[in-house]
Amino acid sequence: MALTIATRQLDGVTILDLSGRITLGEGSVQLRDAIRDLIGKGVKHILLSLGNVNYIDSSGLGELVSAFTTAKNQNADVKLLNLTKKVKDVLQVTKLYTVFDIYDDEAHAIASFK
Amino acid sequence: MTGPQTGRLSFKLASTMDSVAEIEAAAEKLTQAAGMDEDESFRVVMAVREAAVNAVLHGNGYDPNKQVSASFENTGKSLVISIADQGEGLDPDTLPDPLAPENLLRGTGRGIFLIRSFLDEVHFRQLHPGTELTLIKHLTPAATPDDVTQNDKDLDTN
Repeated sequence: MALTIATRQLDGVTILDLSGRITLGEGSVQLRDAIRDLIGKGVKHILLSLGNVNYIDSSGLGELVSAFTTAKNQNADVKLLNLTKKVKDVLQVTKLYTVFDIYDDEAHAIASFK
Repeated sequence: MTGPQTGRLSFKLASTMDSVAEIEAAAEKLTQAAGMDEDESFRVVMAVREAAVNAVLHGNGYDPNKQVSASFENTGKSLVISIADQGEGLDPDTLPDPLAPENLLRGTGRGIFLIRSFLDEVHFRQLHPGTELTLIKHLTPAATPDDVTQNDKDLDTN
């Protein structure tokens, strides 16, 4: 299943609802383009909702890190919401769990940007 | 947990992402046939996929004149998967540590680390040309009162 990305706005935060796989090729490129587009438009608060992401590989991890660093360089924030067990597992093994702000509750995640 | 079904499957594929998907699917079948639970299956399949991507992308560089060899075997005690490319070779000792603070925010360099993290044994062999990775995941037998404290690492008696 390829990656699909749905975008919505809530209280000044742009939420990307991701669904599918973030892997080398299509999924990683889609995520990269979406993040660059938002950063290019001056969006400062980005929340990646990963509750329907059932698979991520090292390339996908790289895109999450790139999204994080690209945003930081533009004084923006990328945070993560609703990790599946598999994605959480991979983030913990690679110590990236300590890098990102991660939330299980959307309201708390939205509030954290203020 | 069902009993493991032994057998060996091997094939050669083109250096394409379709081949990566084919290798990933074969790994998934292998773990399912071995009765592995979903979490362990995910880890093994992910490691195999990373090895396949390395072979296709970094080893063979998508070269249509180079192939990727893959073999899958359930020995009854372990799952043994080999992935080989025909590239210039890889020295695993030269790879930077992706957990080091200076590397943590790098966009690449986690593939081999994930393979090593998710499997019990990983062996590199230089083929001149190419690199072969042999990935081994020990199978955990159904627990009995005598071995209930035994874990995967304890089974590594080779």
